[in-house]
Amino acid sequence: MLKDITIGQYIPRNSIIHRLDARMKIIITTLMIISLFLIEGFTGFGIFFLFLIIMIFMSKLPVKKVLKGLKPILFLIMLTLVIHIFLTKGGEVLWSWKFISIESEGVFTGFFMVSRILLLILFTSTLTLTTSPLQLTDGIEYILTPLKRFGVPASELSMMMTIALRFIPTLLEEADKIMKAQMARGADFESGNIIQRAKNLIPLLVPLFISAFRRADDLALAMESRCYRGGEGRTRLHELRYHYRDFFALGTSLIIGIIVSYF
Amino acid sequence: MIELKNVTHVYQDENNVTALNDINLDIEHGEFIGLVGHTGSGKSTLVQLLNGLIKPTQGKVIVKDTVLTGKKVNLKDIRRSVGLVFQYPEHQLFEETIYADIAFGPKNLGLDKDEIEVRVKEALNLVNLDYEKFKDRSPFNLSGGQQRKIALAGVLALKPDVLILDEPSAGLDPQARDQLADLLRILHQEKNMTIILISHRMEEIAYLATRVIVMHQGEVVLDGTPAEVFSHEKQLHKLALDLPQITEILHQLRAKGYALNTDIFSIQAAADEILNALRSKKKC
Repeated sequence: MLKDITIGQYIPRNSIIHRLDARMKIIITTLMIISLFLIEGFTGFGIFFLFLIIMIFMSKLPVKKVLKGLKPILFLIMLTLVIHIFLTKGGEVLWSWKFISIESEGVFTGFFMVSRILLLILFTSTLTLTTSPLQLTDGIEYILTPLKRFGVPASELSMMMTIALRFIPTLLEEADKIMKAQMARGADFESGNIIQRAKNLIPLLVPLFISAFRRADDLALAMESRCYRGGEGRTRLHELRYHYRDFFALGTSLIIGIIVSYF
Repeated sequence: MIELKNVTHVYQDENNVTALNDINLDIEHGEFIGLVGHTGSGKSTLVQLLNGLIKPTQGKVIVKDTVLTGKKVNLKDIRRSVGLVFQYPEHQLFEETIYADIAFGPKNLGLDKDEIEVRVKEALNLVNLDYEKFKDRSPFNLSGGQQRKIALAGVLALKPDVLILDEPSAGLDPQARDQLADLLRILHQEKNMTIILISHRMEEIAYLATRVIVMHQGEVVLDGTPAEVFSHEKQLHKLALDLPQITEILHQLRAKGYALNTDIFSIQAAADEILNALRSKKKC
């Protein structure tokens, strides 16, 4: 049951979007997010959406998988919509009943916000779906490197992220195993009220934390015994290199970003 | 006692691995079963089916006349009668004191305080640890071998009719291994438990089990007494499984022309048999 959790799920495909430089993809995503917040009308969202569709099409990702990424935030989206529709006032009164009323401004803002959130999530999830976690952390490290001068531990940060991502499946597996073992001793994880359930998690969480600490200890020891000492003078197997296509992608995104910000 | 009818289990993920393929098994009360097979043969899946931790994709699992796959089955009752000790069971310890950890299972069964205390005492006694000395200590300050004993006691305190152990001796030193073997023997012979032991150590299996089941790629390939199963030397080697060292030696001696009985699984008896064979050879 724990295996349903998908964080930063990467779907390997042979597409031009997959082959783009990870750094460039992160930069483009940041740019597009900024432009998303500059958009002031639905025309902008329309153009943005078109751009997104073309991008997903080019990346050869299964559309179903992309849409599945929206599932966890469905509640947030509905909540945003409902709150805006009922609580944002202004414009024409469309409908009213006793003290509740729906006004045109509220409907507009509601759908406006929802479009923004949807596009934001879809765009960022195409980033994680087309970029392997390893490339992603590599890219982040490269981008943070200039900040080293100001004391930002870029390589340590990226190593921490790599390790964290690497151990998500391991920890899930471990949790599943411990859960089964405790269930074999009569533990019950599925019934009771919230407080009872939280209490019932103790036999799962304590061993899980202990094993995570033990793993961390072992890993630190193993790294140290292989003389790991941070990013200084460290070379890599796959150097990130910019190609023409990266600049082409950046140029296109910049143009789209500027255009949509005007609407 | 336990019956499996045409049980198939397929793991429902991207790979759709068929872990068990049409298994039929009948396990009687009082048997000591050695379950062998190399990694990925379906042993662990099989034992998880037996106490309802996972459900078969197809087929029926029947424990003590209860069909586990049926509706309205109280899985707690099943887990009370089928105790399962996982690999590295010491990784599930979580309480502050050894007493509390062993009492976790009985508490979940809803037993009263006095009964729980009796059971904890009994369980610690079985694994050869002193109740007074250990009950208030933290399980995390013990050695690995002792932690394993505590975890084992945690399952024994449930007083199951069937005890399933998944590689309980992995990573233990020889002395702890022998103690564990003795404990299993006592549980089987004196406490009348039905035991299913998964192990890669054939010596252990040959020495303890009354029946050996060999699995390969989700199917039962051999099933019989240790003597029967270990006589299929070539087939076992093909499945990348070893014979017990004793059997290996006896087989090789017999191949050299010594008149030997190869169905012997204790070191002392094997030594006597070899001596006898050597003496009779000298005479002629």
